[in-house]
Amino acid sequence: MRVGFIVRRVAVFFVIVWAAASINFFIPRIATDRDPIREKLGQLAATGGLRQEGVEAMVAAYQAKFGLDKPLYVQYLNFLADTARLDLGYSLSNYPTRVGQMIGNALPWTIGLLLVATLIGFSAGTLLGALAAWPRAPALFRSAVFPLMTLSAIPPYLLGLVVLYFLGLQWKLFPLSGGYSAGTLVGFRLDFILDVLHHSVLPALAIVLQSVGFWALGMRGMMVSTVGEDHIKLAQANGLRQTTIFLRYALRNAFLPQYTALGLSLAFVVTGQVIVEVVFAYPGIGTLLFQAIQASDYTVINGVAFITILSIGLVTMVMDFTYPLLDPRIAHQRRD
Amino acid sequence: MLGVGLLMLGAILLFALIGPVFVDTDMAQPLSAPPRLAPTSAHPFGTDDAGRDLLAVMVAGVPLTLRIGFLAGAVGLGIGVLLGFVSGYVGGKVDTVIRGTVDTLLTVPGLVVLISIASTIREEISVNLMALVVASLAWMWPTRTIRSQVLTLRERAYVHMAKLNGLSTMEIIWKELFPNLLPYLAANLAGAVSWAVLATIGLEALGLGPQNEPTVGMTIYWSITFSALIRGMWWWWSIPIIFLALLFVSLIMIAAGLDELANPKQRKAA
Repeated sequence: MRVGFIVRRVAVFFVIVWAAASINFFIPRIATDRDPIREKLGQLAATGGLRQEGVEAMVAAYQAKFGLDKPLYVQYLNFLADTARLDLGYSLSNYPTRVGQMIGNALPWTIGLLLVATLIGFSAGTLLGALAAWPRAPALFRSAVFPLMTLSAIPPYLLGLVVLYFLGLQWKLFPLSGGYSAGTLVGFRLDFILDVLHHSVLPALAIVLQSVGFWALGMRGMMVSTVGEDHIKLAQANGLRQTTIFLRYALRNAFLPQYTALGLSLAFVVTGQVIVEVVFAYPGIGTLLFQAIQASDYTVINGVAFITILSIGLVTMVMDFTYPLLDPRIAHQRRD
Repeated sequence: MLGVGLLMLGAILLFALIGPVFVDTDMAQPLSAPPRLAPTSAHPFGTDDAGRDLLAVMVAGVPLTLRIGFLAGAVGLGIGVLLGFVSGYVGGKVDTVIRGTVDTLLTVPGLVVLISIASTIREEISVNLMALVVASLAWMWPTRTIRSQVLTLRERAYVHMAKLNGLSTMEIIWKELFPNLLPYLAANLAGAVSWAVLATIGLEALGLGPQNEPTVGMTIYWSITFSALIRGMWWWWSIPIIFLALLFVSLIMIAAGLDELANPKQRKAA
């Protein structure tokens, strides 16, 4: 791999992060001329928490504290400097709590759930898709494609409500909401881990049901064209074992686009299924984002957006660096 | 596949068109019926917590959802066609800039950006504004696919022929490239509309849709917010799900069917 390629790719990553931070800064300021601090204090005054006459003075005090009385470009530079230190500011609705800390608490839940669900869906779907296009596989796999495609068209949060109704409410096999039972102590103990797994089955199932079809369709498309290629015919003529031809000659060659797509969806692990989490009241990023939307907590909303873009930028960059390991034809060399 | 998809979409459209003849859509407003009724002959889909008649909500909401989806999808495709043709046909620096922008924006998580935009303008959001917000991220994929199609088409013999015959660039784009791309554009429209409806429903399910209009996604939002599932009000959440499932399946079938028409090579895969 050339040094030039790495430098350029890292530069692109920083441009993405800078653009994301700038959008975060400017969208709220362009879209409305509203003032979240004044609104927040106004709400407090309306609900009897503050006396009205003190509000103006407090607005000025808070604006000075957050630097909002300075010119726009100074605010922008301060914002960029804070962002560079990954300081996302304070939550507006839970004031002393920092946005970074809230995201940090929610992140492990989301990553755990989504990582496992994505990998299960990916492996099952890729294998199913490959078998559906393999002429010697049982017809069962071919007939499974259509129902799976239908499922993949329906957003997972809607599937989530359906599995929640049947497996949770009617048959009472799994808990209805949350990441762990209320009242249990959080810690690395066997009973707690089993409790967490028990709670994660339904949300994971909703995600897997939807994603299997997506992966199967993509893989089948690639497999169909690979199966017709000369090197497969040669392998057949050489009398290699069918499993060897399937795994090493067909599957491996059809795999690269799947790997690209897996990278993208792994990148989306951070926020991928916001609404699924809301449906199951799962204590991850999605639920955090939902609560922030309901409370108009812009710093949290923008913090989540920024962290997502950052993580996706990171993962896609790592993916680009790993292609040559998977497919030697891609070497990131300048062709002379 | 295309036929079945069109048939399903047609049935949904028919429901939206004929519905208002039989159902008073004013019943979709709160307090127009007794709250929390299970489906009866008077209210075939039941009513929700606030006393909206859910049949009326579906009759009023399905066309709103479709309108946002089609508007956003069409605007997205329109921008995509323009940029895709320019990028693919003009090439050079313009192409590098457009392609770089698209590739970068495609890795940005659409829903999260839409959430930050929609939550800043939540109070003012209307059906048309919602469509514009969604359209702002619906143009990248069409741009990319159309660009690559234009790239392969512009080297075809009949395009060179047209050039030798002295046709201007605009004439070549309009008379030679455009008609040949129509099936792709149709498949792209179905894909863009499908994406737009998905994004719209996602925003609405998070409570970020038009606040005073009875859309299908907002019904999901209310049913989640007021725990319809645990309270045994199965009609409240299952009916919008059935409508949305039909809609999404029909759109994906239309997109896949059109894709088959546009790419004969993929036909053997079906």
